[in-house]
Amino acid sequence: MPIDKIFKDDASEEKGERARMASFIGAMAVADLVKSTLGPKGMDKILQSTGRGHSVTVTNDGATILKSLHIDNPAAKVLVDISKVQDDEVGDGTTSVVVLAGELLREAEKLVTSKIHPMTIIAGYRMAAECAREALLKRVMDNKENAEKFRSDLMKIAMTTLCSKILSQDKEHFAEMAVDAIFRLKGSTNLESIQIIKKPGGSLRDSFLDEGFILDKKIGIGQPKRIENAKILVANTAMDTDKVKIYGARVRVDSMTKVAEIEGAEKEKMKDKVNKILAHGINCFVNRQLIYNFPEELFADAGVLAIEHADFEGIERLGLVTGGEIASTFDNPESVKLGHCKLIEEIMIGEDKLIHFSGVAMGQACSIVLRGASHHVLDEAERSLHDALCVLSQTVNDSRVLLGGGWPEMVMAKEVDELARKTAGKKSHAIEAFSRALVAIPTTIADNAGLDSAELVAQLRAKHHNEGCNAGIDVISGAVGDMEERGIYEAFKVKQAVLLSATEAAEMILRVDEIITCAPRRREDRM
Amino acid sequence: MALAFDEFGRPFIILREQDQKTRLRGIDAQKANIAAGKAVARILRSSLGPKGMDKMLQGPDGDVTITNDGAAILEQMDVDNQIAKLMVELSRSQDYEIGDGTTGVVVMAGALLEQAERQLDRGIHPIRVAEGYEMASRVAVEHLERISQKFEFDVDNFEPLVKTCMTTLSSKIVNRCKRSLAEIAVKAVLAVADLERRDVNLDLIKVEGKVGGNLEDTELIYGILVDKDMSHPQMPKQIEDAHIAILTCPFEPPKPKTKHKVDIDTVEKFETLRKQEQQYFDEMVQKCKDVGATLVICQWGFDDEANHLLMHRNLPAVRWVGGVELELIAIATGGRIVPRFQELTPEKLGKAGMVREKSFGTTKERMLYIEHCANSKAVTIFIRGGNKMMIEETKRSIHDALCVARNLIRNKSIVYGGGAAEIACSLAVDAAADKYPGVEQYAIRAFAEALDSVPMALAENSGLQPIETLSAVKSQQLKENIPFYGIDCNDVGTNDMREQNVFETLIGKQQQILLATQVVKMILKIDDVISNSEY
Repeated sequence: MPIDKIFKDDASEEKGERARMASFIGAMAVADLVKSTLGPKGMDKILQSTGRGHSVTVTNDGATILKSLHIDNPAAKVLVDISKVQDDEVGDGTTSVVVLAGELLREAEKLVTSKIHPMTIIAGYRMAAECAREALLKRVMDNKENAEKFRSDLMKIAMTTLCSKILSQDKEHFAEMAVDAIFRLKGSTNLESIQIIKKPGGSLRDSFLDEGFILDKKIGIGQPKRIENAKILVANTAMDTDKVKIYGARVRVDSMTKVAEIEGAEKEKMKDKVNKILAHGINCFVNRQLIYNFPEELFADAGVLAIEHADFEGIERLGLVTGGEIASTFDNPESVKLGHCKLIEEIMIGEDKLIHFSGVAMGQACSIVLRGASHHVLDEAERSLHDALCVLSQTVNDSRVLLGGGWPEMVMAKEVDELARKTAGKKSHAIEAFSRALVAIPTTIADNAGLDSAELVAQLRAKHHNEGCNAGIDVISGAVGDMEERGIYEAFKVKQAVLLSATEAAEMILRVDEIITCAPRRREDRM
Repeated sequence: MALAFDEFGRPFIILREQDQKTRLRGIDAQKANIAAGKAVARILRSSLGPKGMDKMLQGPDGDVTITNDGAAILEQMDVDNQIAKLMVELSRSQDYEIGDGTTGVVVMAGALLEQAERQLDRGIHPIRVAEGYEMASRVAVEHLERISQKFEFDVDNFEPLVKTCMTTLSSKIVNRCKRSLAEIAVKAVLAVADLERRDVNLDLIKVEGKVGGNLEDTELIYGILVDKDMSHPQMPKQIEDAHIAILTCPFEPPKPKTKHKVDIDTVEKFETLRKQEQQYFDEMVQKCKDVGATLVICQWGFDDEANHLLMHRNLPAVRWVGGVELELIAIATGGRIVPRFQELTPEKLGKAGMVREKSFGTTKERMLYIEHCANSKAVTIFIRGGNKMMIEETKRSIHDALCVARNLIRNKSIVYGGGAAEIACSLAVDAAADKYPGVEQYAIRAFAEALDSVPMALAENSGLQPIETLSAVKSQQLKENIPFYGIDCNDVGTNDMREQNVFETLIGKQQQILLATQVVKMILKIDDVISNSEY
């Protein structure tokens, strides 16, 4: 009896054990890939793109590494996805989440081979995750009331985040910068208003936070290079010969003189517009779109600084810092809010000229100028700083903090172990496995630092047997140390997100008992 | 057959065969079809029930879906076989009609086919088998009607509804918070339900998902959520007591449909046109302002100038809102969709107590909440979750739960789940079989046996001994003559589904049996498969 194929030609189907195997192996491979970047002594990866130019990225950021991988294994894609979400949602812990999910699956594989049903494992993992979260909640610290202490908490969190990155040499400097920048946001999580400008040259230490605002643009020729007490009009309007927007309008003339007349009228119109703009009593005009030569000349004549083609974010930020509104019509100058700043000047960073707005009215936005030896260093520095800023901005809203250095994992593991002992039935194996997976994180941190992980983790476990212990792995001295003294802090929100999404992902992969792969869509080969 | 002779004895070809076509005939065709149908059912069999497993599907573009929903699995599976496609259709029609039980219906059809094969081996003609199935299904459906119970609930006491939804959700990955999700689904359905007419328009429930946070953050919003932000970054982010103008015309100079040209040949004309253009914008904004709108929602884009004018006149606006969302907003706020500025009147404005913009996560993601609407007939379920696949799966699960709640409002009858209804039907069909003289009797008995396969699969997936468990439950039902005993999938310790609160809707179950029988009948009636051979 011929059983017809049910699927299309290239589609494949994997069932039961084989499907589970395929997804376990895929997920673990991805986890192992990023494992070595975990912790302060984690190593970086070089990513070379296959696209034109073979551009190279050197990074330590889990999300960035995973994003650039071409993965075919569906389970591995799940892990890539959770790391991306972690990046979007809290910004840091992208490596940890993948490593934890990988470890959970590794433990699950062992349980499955010893004939425990995946559903039982899932039930155990769920209980364990809930218990671990409770354990963390019990030990959180919240210094929201005490402003000074809160600031120092933030500093410590920033330093902990940065110490695993390329910026670890100057982590204090950068942590200071990041914390300052975050405080200027006043609780908003919109990181758009922190502008990061990268300029190659100098060293990382030369990077600085600017109180004012820096726009990466040049000042038009013949216009003042320095304006004090500037009144700024931020605009988004076309400054070429304005088209008539009425549909279907066109110019149709029958003689050259008429052309000249109409051209004159156009010019007049432009002039009119410029005059209207000037009527606002400004001495600086920033436009999102291009300013053509003719109006630029008019502005120069009037002694007004005109900046063209500022990008959209730049305009928005400028609106934020100077308190002006983004204008597109100029008929009633009295009611348009202008932006103000004390001083506009052209400054030089490295070889480039930038426009610097200082003494701004509302300090909601700021600029960070990064300096460094090469583009790769700058890119990585930007990513690291971005991570730190993300974590900080989330911590400002949810001010609960935890200790770092493997401390939270040990606290959770201890509670989960207790739970395993109390639980009857097969689930307790899964709960125990969960705690082993948690311990894998400090183990990896120690391993990556070239330390004797078995010894250290055993010591740590012994210390944690006492209530209220602050011990964690101190990678710098290579021993178990008090994390509170060392000032290694982490944000609660990050840890919680790591725990929950790793469990969720592991659960998802465990539930699968069949993988059906559709035939890949045929594409015309352009090669 | 492919070759026939006309009255003069000349041969002519009816069907070109050989290398272009393959052909299966008679019993071979039926067997091949049955095998294909069974293969599809086998894939889904392990997804049945609360302990059912998920399937991972990789689409043609490499996108991954992880799901437990029968309809979704079959939809994404790249099937080529015609009979397999029929099975896909089957689960889809169950999805459209009822929304839940999409896996069950396919498993049921698979079992029926398997039994049919055995009857064919005995030499019973396929048509007789099909007719026997038809009779049996009638008996089963009637029996279901008899054992069903009326469920009493109203707007204040929706606990029974929640419990039924929980049964649906317990087989999905979201069963971690099935209670809260079931409550959300029931509240959403009750909010939009027309209890007088016993009808629910599920279009009024919008299910929106955003990656991030966790499942527990999923919420029901009595209003509309739009994935858009204010058109100008400096517009107010929060509006209380909003009067909303809902527009489907762009803030741009008008574009007549007929082709036309406006010729400019003198300076004066140029000037007037310019003036006119400015006036247009001004009038448009003024018109909105005049009727008292405090928020403008527009289906189209704005010109920069219009945007600024709006901002200037302190009139927040949202642009590029999709057509469906626009309709929902209109329904929720009691406003009218206005296609032209001239037709704006104060009565046509929608009203909402609160409109606010909320940002999520570290990236620039903002959404617009429109709440406390004048007419709370439209609601949004906003799902959060750890990753994209999770959200997609939650959306499907919520859809199932919504459908179940809707079906209960339409028809209050329920039957007991956990295989209890199938076992009861199987007993009834078996008893009825003896009354039929003729060959159909065998087919009816086969039907009864096929019904048993659903509880059997449930037991198997839950790690119980399938045959032992089934026979124990069956004898219990027969002895006590109570149709509430089912398979104890969650290891609670009782077989009484009333105690476990496992309910399913009557129409859902009936539809399952009817649809499965129909498809099986159709497959059995095919005796010739002609297909183009491989390229």
